[in-house]
Amino acid sequence: MGTATLPPPLTKKDFQTDQEVRWCPGCGDYAILSAVQAVFPELGIKKENFVIVSGIGCSSRFPYYMNTYGFHTIHGRAPAVATGLKAIRPDLEVWVATGDGDALSIGGNHTIHMLRRNVGIKVLLFNNKIYGLTKGQYSPTSELNKKAKSTPFGSLDRPFNPVSLAIGSEATFVARSVDVFQGHLKDTLKHAAAHRGSAYVEILQNCNIFNDGAWFSLTDRDARSEHVLQLEHGKPMVFGKNRDKGIRRKPDGDIEVVQLGNGITESDLIVHDAHHPRPAYAFQLSHMEHRPDFPTPMGVFRAWGDVPRYEDVMNQQIKDVIAKRGRGDLGKLLRAGDTWEVK
Amino acid sequence: MTFQAEDEIAAITSSIGAAYAGALAITTTSGPGMALKTEAMGLAVAVEIPLVICDIQRGGPSTGLPTKTEQADLLQALFGRNSEAPIPVLAASTPADCFWVAIEASRIAVKYMVPVIILSDGYLANGAEPWRIPELSQIPDFPVKFASDPNGFLPYKRDPLTLARPWAVPGTPGLEHRIGGLEKQDPTGNINYEPLNHENMVRIRAAKVAAVAQEIPNVLPAGDLEGDLLIVAWGSTCGSITAALKTQRAKGRKIGHLHLRYLNPLPSNLGDIFKRYKKILVPELNMGQLLWVLRAKFLVDAVGLNKIQGRPFKQAELEQKIEEMLEL
Repeated sequence: MGTATLPPPLTKKDFQTDQEVRWCPGCGDYAILSAVQAVFPELGIKKENFVIVSGIGCSSRFPYYMNTYGFHTIHGRAPAVATGLKAIRPDLEVWVATGDGDALSIGGNHTIHMLRRNVGIKVLLFNNKIYGLTKGQYSPTSELNKKAKSTPFGSLDRPFNPVSLAIGSEATFVARSVDVFQGHLKDTLKHAAAHRGSAYVEILQNCNIFNDGAWFSLTDRDARSEHVLQLEHGKPMVFGKNRDKGIRRKPDGDIEVVQLGNGITESDLIVHDAHHPRPAYAFQLSHMEHRPDFPTPMGVFRAWGDVPRYEDVMNQQIKDVIAKRGRGDLGKLLRAGDTWEVK
Repeated sequence: MTFQAEDEIAAITSSIGAAYAGALAITTTSGPGMALKTEAMGLAVAVEIPLVICDIQRGGPSTGLPTKTEQADLLQALFGRNSEAPIPVLAASTPADCFWVAIEASRIAVKYMVPVIILSDGYLANGAEPWRIPELSQIPDFPVKFASDPNGFLPYKRDPLTLARPWAVPGTPGLEHRIGGLEKQDPTGNINYEPLNHENMVRIRAAKVAAVAQEIPNVLPAGDLEGDLLIVAWGSTCGSITAALKTQRAKGRKIGHLHLRYLNPLPSNLGDIFKRYKKILVPELNMGQLLWVLRAKFLVDAVGLNKIQGRPFKQAELEQKIEEMLEL
């Protein structure tokens, strides 16, 4: 019996390109690039089957630094380009790299439609709450009253919560991670990769030039355990430096932060169910960060696998119609309808 | 496969995604939608991907006359993109011709790796005529070759005849590469902002579209091959001009009629034909867009007949103009 020669396993290096990385030194994008390059070889997918599609912005430079197929498209349109690609080639592993401006401002429409269709695209939303490439205007995720180049007296419009928006579009997989939490980020990306439908990952990313420290309260070593709730499927929602706080369901359906002890134990807390069929459950979690004293959840909010992918149903429909009516016949088609012969 | 996108922009960009995946992709629209697709057409020009864009023209500007006919998107089709972004433009002249123009546009798109615009209009789109059903063998085959050999592969390495770059479809082992809207280095496809590279790439993209002319057959006027008047037109005006020509020639007037299918690039022998007539009339359902192009390109003193009423020409309107021009 001959020895089958398996190709050598892919490594991180296989996914690096020779192109000079043009992000500012210290940008959070480097950490995201590194995590993606580390995760891709572990997915068991051939290198040629990866495609990275991006729009415009700092984050959208991403494809040039990944030694895969890559398409740097135009502002906001990456989800639409990726949808066309996926429709024709459902077998390809298509990832979209985008930012808060690209995905939620100019590209908001395509984002929600991609999510409602459940196209099997993985979206990396680099959220730095600022327009970095154009040197510091506020973005659709900037906090209210943000003073930036275009808003010298403060912004007046309420920001999008990207996770809420995605869940509102009934995205089937929604998660959040942080550029500097490398282990968490890689785990989250692997969860996203394992999901068949649309997987939407908000990555809190630091723009150290135009919005430095935007996520400081969530990343600072001393403060973060007080402000971050790690969502883990099947585990009670506990947080705090001493893991002494939790999230409890109130009788009216709302949620509250409780102090553990004095008769309140982990068994009183909500056990996270990422596979909950109702988006309302995940939406409620996504909104807690806007409430005083509530933590910001990280991890997988929702992973609902029971929705078919758009590209699969589309191609199945074609197969079904062919099975029923036979393959298309141009000659017959041309003679269908009102035809006659002139003699 | 059909896909109704969320908007005009998604319609063209998802078509670009499909073309990137190796499909023959077509997106259809009307005037305002054409405007929305503009930026993505520029992307298709930059990444040199085949695509067919159909613009069924109507009265404008803005929503204009949504159900009425007009020919006023010609200049938009020719020039309506930022920077130097040439695109081949074809126009159908009769309902039956739409069939053949669609095939020809697709053939050019995949052979030259370019987006191609088809101009139709409300009159054609709602029109009907007896059509001789073609034998399938009459329909030209245009085989497509996808790149597969990694040896010496470069994403912008060109075919010497067509200047087309290879169509390298994701999923092909060893051909991993990046494309995008940023200026590309010739022929590596890497991002490049060098002044001379940019000028070179602009000129290559223009030369590629110009190269389509090598396959455009020389045009031959209907009616008189030389004489007092040449009518040059395009699109849905064909029928009424043909009728007017017949009547006027029966009265002994020496008139030719040239109906252009290829509006960019123009047929190579057009300038020579212009020299065979004393006068040139360009009837259009717009303010004189082809007229503007012909005057600019050939320095001919052509005259327009322009109607912008959402309605086609009447034969009598054309004849009146012909007589006016010939009796002067």
